[in-house]
Amino acid sequence: MLTVLYFASVREKLGLAAEELPLPTGVQDVAGLIDYLAQRGGGWERLAGIRNLRCAVNQQMVAFDTPIKEGDEVALFPPVTGG
Amino acid sequence: MVRVQEEDFEVGAELQWLRRGNPGIGAVACFVGLVRDVNEGGAVRAMTLEHYPGMTEKALEAIVGEARQRWAILDVLVIHRVGRLLPTDQIVLVAVAGAHRGEVFAACEFIMDYLKTRAPFWKSELTPQGTHWVDAREADDQAAQRWSG
Repeated sequence: MLTVLYFASVREKLGLAAEELPLPTGVQDVAGLIDYLAQRGGGWERLAGIRNLRCAVNQQMVAFDTPIKEGDEVALFPPVTGG
Repeated sequence: MVRVQEEDFEVGAELQWLRRGNPGIGAVACFVGLVRDVNEGGAVRAMTLEHYPGMTEKALEAIVGEARQRWAILDVLVIHRVGRLLPTDQIVLVAVAGAHRGEVFAACEFIMDYLKTRAPFWKSELTPQGTHWVDAREADDQAAQRWSG
């Protein structure tokens, strides 16, 4: 299973904070996962329209071509605004 | 040491703890970030800070670790608050102790610049027009970039 977490404005746009799903067949990296999620219907196409999306894999901020595997924790969020 | 907490902090007591009577410390630099009542020209009544528990602490530890590699500093304390905050409230404390001022000034600024762009915190503001998420600022990216290369 994959754990996918959504934070801040991304969570609000999607109406979901977290979900678990089997690693979809053919999905190899974060970009592939986003494409898969956005094609699920039911408003998920909104994910593809979010500009400035950022991602983390296993709690490390990474690029979208970072490979993902079974058991990973993937997080999608807007640019950070702490401090 | 890094701490993420809802509670306020007392700067004097935290600096005292950071020093812990270490006679090798000749300089302490300290930055305190505060909630203002205005942002981008609009009034701010309150602010809520969300974060990514687990990753936040790791990201802050990594930033402190990088500062320790770059400068000969003795100790670092980062405290970042989360939850609901009001104008004049303290948000963040970065304190760096070392032998001399040069290293601690630089490390303190570096940690703040990296925190702004790499630690997973998100602010939403309550204004007279309602609640909205704060946009990241280009100036913060530029501030972090000047430390690379």
